[in-house]
Amino acid sequence: MTDTLADKAAGATPKRVVRKIRGLSDRAIAWIFVAPTIFLLLAINIFPLIWTIQLSFTNFRANRLTREPEFIGLRNYERILTDSDIWLNMQATAHFLFWTIALQVLIGFTLAWLINKKFKGNDLWTTIIVLPMMLSPAVVGNFWKFLYQPQIGLFNYIVAFFTGKEPSSFEMLGSVQLAPWSIVIVDTWMWTPFVMLICLAGLRSIPDYIYEAAEVDRASKLRQFFTITIPMVLPFLMLAVLFRGIENFKMFDLVVQLTGGGPGSTTELTSINLKREAFEKWRTGYASAYAIILFVTVFGLASIYVKALNKVKER
Amino acid sequence: MSAFSITEPSQRSKWVAGSLVIVYALITMIPLAWIMLTGFKSPSDAISYPPKVVFEPTLEGYVNLFTTRTRQTQDFLDANPPQNWADEIVREYDMVIVGPSKFGERFLNSVIIGFGSTFLSIFLGTLAAYAFSRFKIPLADDLLFFILSTRMMPPIAVAIPIFLMYRNLGLSDTHLGMILLYTAVNISLAVWLLKGFIDEIPREYEEAALIDGYTRFQAFYKVVLPQAATGIASTAIFCLIFAWNEYAFAVLLTSATAQTAPPFIPTIIGVGGLDWPAVAAGATIFLLPVMIFTILLRKHLLRGITFGAVRK
Repeated sequence: MTDTLADKAAGATPKRVVRKIRGLSDRAIAWIFVAPTIFLLLAINIFPLIWTIQLSFTNFRANRLTREPEFIGLRNYERILTDSDIWLNMQATAHFLFWTIALQVLIGFTLAWLINKKFKGNDLWTTIIVLPMMLSPAVVGNFWKFLYQPQIGLFNYIVAFFTGKEPSSFEMLGSVQLAPWSIVIVDTWMWTPFVMLICLAGLRSIPDYIYEAAEVDRASKLRQFFTITIPMVLPFLMLAVLFRGIENFKMFDLVVQLTGGGPGSTTELTSINLKREAFEKWRTGYASAYAIILFVTVFGLASIYVKALNKVKER
Repeated sequence: MSAFSITEPSQRSKWVAGSLVIVYALITMIPLAWIMLTGFKSPSDAISYPPKVVFEPTLEGYVNLFTTRTRQTQDFLDANPPQNWADEIVREYDMVIVGPSKFGERFLNSVIIGFGSTFLSIFLGTLAAYAFSRFKIPLADDLLFFILSTRMMPPIAVAIPIFLMYRNLGLSDTHLGMILLYTAVNISLAVWLLKGFIDEIPREYEEAALIDGYTRFQAFYKVVLPQAATGIASTAIFCLIFAWNEYAFAVLLTSATAQTAPPFIPTIIGVGGLDWPAVAAGATIFLLPVMIFTILLRKHLLRGITFGAVRK
């Protein structure tokens, strides 16, 4: 259809003329195509980043515009790195990262491995399992808060049903011991499917003939699992861990809706703490320095990790 | 698949694997099913102990979600008979409906900002992806990495200067501001995914078109675009879902005019913090489109989920 129309259009004028009049050079087209994207990213990603760096050396407060901000050098950085409360937030974040990733890898890989047995209807059930990760984290956090209510919540009821405890005897969101676990549970519920999908792609990338060769060599199923399946899926699994790590380091919406950082500051992850400093206490300069520290941390850790990942891939 | 393969799992192991996966799927659905049920409960049923699975369904939650109501005296209620079924529901609490709530407006904002930013991300993203895929661009790898790395920044960190910038430019709490912002966030994923899709289209198609006298631009939109349509559509769904679900920027940069549904839904809770059915109704209406989309388009979504890291 398009071919015939275009043929007519092309036939109407001699070819060389068309190209001379209407055809921009490839080089020009390349730049015209890329420029808007680069411009948008410069305006909304890079310019703000540079501005944040500049703000981080001042004592600027965004709610007091009349006062001229002063240049205070590295004082913000010094204050953050020596603040013991911030190390507590970092610990809370580390706890959250470690356990969400550990559980998601364990459950996600197991599920992928089971789904890869290709039982009837596996694609339908895969889709159902994937549903939670497609939803809005803030809304998910909000309705899990309902499930976690001590007297009326379904979660407490189910736990009580199986353990014989009183459903009002424990508060998932209100207790210092349980709150860090309550956010781990919801994040695991929501994001295990992501790890599962990547593992599944890894499992499916293993060609059958490798297993066939192993069968011929009479390698046991267990041995095949540890010498073929695990090493072949590992790069995929590591990639999943990278994505989950970056995402959960930035975690804000889900946890803010669930616990708001409480009780006390037991679930106050770094992003929530940052939001407090920037938009509640309005210490803009200080929060900017904090943001830069977080960014450098993620970027640094991610780069080291990618190097390790590439080594595994090369093997 | 061959009729017999030594690597094919046995019937028994298929059966065990299938049942375990189904059990997991059912457990994982409980929270979602519960929230949908709660939307049709009365407030007292929603907070009853033990939790009620069987109850008398009511549209109260939905009525409360979409309306604002005031309590009235018995005389007023007697003098003004209920006008419709929704009015009748709120009469039980000696209330009358005085007008629509903000939910409709917030939902519409989500639609405008979601579709606006998706269109823009796809438009710009397709152009950039085509250029990266077909032309030699100096420092292309660095540029691509730079585009992707912008996603590593925590949204709150980016929000500080954006907040200041938008305040100066008058873009705070505007649809345009949010559309531009979501486009900037989405475009990295869009370029990355779309480049993968366009890479897979054989160059020979365009080259043939160029020989036939098409300009480069004609070859792009008459040959490449139709070929990339599926890829473009699945990338678009991803951008749409991100913009639809986004909360951090929305809560910090919007308050009234351009506020989307995610920051609004948690505020529905109502007097005394007891209106869980209305919150559940809001969550259901907001989440259902995404769930339906996911089920209908499952084949095309996979690649977006895995960030294009997994090609096939």
